[in-house]
Amino acid sequence: MSLNVPTMAEMMANGETPDVLFWVGCAGSFDDRAKKITKALVKILNHCNVKFAVLGTEESCTGDPAKRAGNEFTFQMQAMMNIQVLNGYEVKKIVTACPHCFNTLKNEYPELGGNYEVVHHTQLIQDLINTGKLALEGKQTYKGKKITFHDPCYLGRANDVYEAPRSLIEKLDAELVEMKRCKTKGLCCGAGGAQMFKEAEKGNKEINIERTEDALETQAGIIATGCPFCNTMMTDGVKNFNKEEEIKVLDVAELIANAAEL
Amino acid sequence: MIQIIVFALISIVGFGVFGYNIWKVRNNILLGRDIDRKGNSSERWKTMFLVAFGQQKMFSRPIPALLHLALYVAFVITQIELIEIIIDGLSGQHRFFYFALGGFYTFMISFIEVLSLLALIATIIFLARRNLLKLPRFTMKELVGWPTKDANLILIMEIVLVTCIFTMNTTDEVLFRIGGSHVEHANGSFGFIISNFIADLLMPMFADGYPTSTLELMERIGWWGHIAMVFAFLNYLPYSKHFHILLAFPNTYFSNLEKKGKFTNMESVTNEVKLMLDPSADPYAAPADPNATPLRFGAKDVQDLTWKNLLDAYTCTECGRCTSSCPANQTGKLLSPRKIMMDTRDRLVEVGENVRQHGKDYDDGKSLFSYVSEEEVWACTSCNACVDECPVNIDPLSIIIDLRRYLVMEESKIPTELTGMLTNIENNGAPWQFSPSDRLNWAKED
Repeated sequence: MSLNVPTMAEMMANGETPDVLFWVGCAGSFDDRAKKITKALVKILNHCNVKFAVLGTEESCTGDPAKRAGNEFTFQMQAMMNIQVLNGYEVKKIVTACPHCFNTLKNEYPELGGNYEVVHHTQLIQDLINTGKLALEGKQTYKGKKITFHDPCYLGRANDVYEAPRSLIEKLDAELVEMKRCKTKGLCCGAGGAQMFKEAEKGNKEINIERTEDALETQAGIIATGCPFCNTMMTDGVKNFNKEEEIKVLDVAELIANAAEL
Repeated sequence: MIQIIVFALISIVGFGVFGYNIWKVRNNILLGRDIDRKGNSSERWKTMFLVAFGQQKMFSRPIPALLHLALYVAFVITQIELIEIIIDGLSGQHRFFYFALGGFYTFMISFIEVLSLLALIATIIFLARRNLLKLPRFTMKELVGWPTKDANLILIMEIVLVTCIFTMNTTDEVLFRIGGSHVEHANGSFGFIISNFIADLLMPMFADGYPTSTLELMERIGWWGHIAMVFAFLNYLPYSKHFHILLAFPNTYFSNLEKKGKFTNMESVTNEVKLMLDPSADPYAAPADPNATPLRFGAKDVQDLTWKNLLDAYTCTECGRCTSSCPANQTGKLLSPRKIMMDTRDRLVEVGENVRQHGKDYDDGKSLFSYVSEEEVWACTSCNACVDECPVNIDPLSIIIDLRRYLVMEESKIPTELTGMLTNIENNGAPWQFSPSDRLNWAKED
């Protein structure tokens, strides 16, 4: 099935306004693993006939890694340019599959003139299920499978979103098993605060290994995440233990798309 | 009469020195930059009520929470007895509330005694936990030396204080029974639950005409010891991690009520960015406020932090929950959020002294970076675990980010890989080296 991914520019040219803008993010656009998450979400949006658009080449980094790395200039330059584009298209609602984009767009853009309703993709999908647009009843793909959810810091502690991704996993008829550190006490994957783009400081362990151990302890066959960076870190962690055959690291959107056989 | 004068003098000195120290601490805190933490007072009172008064966040670790609760409630309730001691001390009476409150007095002092006993047990367990169990978070290197002594000293002072209370009440009870109490026209028993019990055990010793002078002396030692410990404690607080018993309240009131993920947008940067992006802006136009002093980007020293960061530093009681939850610290990195708070306080005390002795612009050649290394600053993942964990809503993360901002924007000191990431964002609008024109390629790929 080919994906239907209209851009804002195309929509405008046709005199249409989308209900929601899908902010793909840099990882979702360029990282090979994260692109699969992007496509899974688009499949869901297409399947549910959600009227959405992407910015395409007009999208640019939100500036999150620059801000966390201490470079406020670069952050605000990016923010101002993005806000000009978003306001130019009169965007009202944004969905994104990246908690870092989510946090920045939702919390840090308003003061700079960018006011939008921003939702994480797990929240949007939860809404699609609740309003009956997406049905998972009787789907067997993950029935009874043990799935654990790793809370992305910028979704959980940073924005208090804990239930949306979990409710989706429950909709799969799967067994949600929590790690010993979860929700507000969840351990970081090690990628936040611009750490994704640098080597870690000297220590005795990598953070993603520590976190992967938490996940392995649950005996879950699937580690679900809601963040492209957490996904990378957990995937690397699983590989480190040579468990990539038995344990899959998947985004919640991928689980839903797979279960719905999209 | 002499007793009253001595008491009044001790009180004046005790409260006076405390007042002076508080004034110094207040001035130190106000060295920080301004930040608006005024609005939404109902939410603020609620936060203070739950987090400080109700100790909500302590209960994520139930056993220490209960022990701490015993100490805390004992501390709060004992203040009633303290009021009596002050009234008695200044008026020369004995147990002023005994007649004023009647039966409720017996209940109240009994309640204080029970709480004091629980507090004593908690204190002993806490001492054992620090010195025998050696929990990792109490033996980390930032606690070596003074912080460990400080912690033990507080616990020992608490034991002395409780011992004084029981010495006072027990000896007074025995005196009361043998008709020698200072309480006039009274005999029988006070009936305080614990001192009554101890007195029962001691009574045989005093059965046959035991001289009351020793008992009276011990009662006075307990009474004076109690008030002396209170003043000692009060004046020790501003130098100690134990300051949290007072500052937890304002510190939680002034909590950050925004989502934890929201970092401040630096206003000075916003103005410059707006100028850069606005084609019609006149770069030579006079600045809006010609008297405005240009702020340093980020924080090099404590004056560049906000007053709330500095209040945080004084409030920290060095429990180390932040550090034990920190992913960097757990994996052996140098970063410890608790150390960041301790360093900030140590540096602030030093800067405060400098300002008082040499004036506001004195430069001692040091900065917060004399205490915090760059390696610590760069190890943070900004995961907010430390912020979430703190039982009194301290925010070490905002200090770490301000230190990063200084390093990056003032000194251009940044890990090399991050320079690459920043250049990519500036040139291609992504942290990696991809062409912006390829951003939608995923939609056409299989």
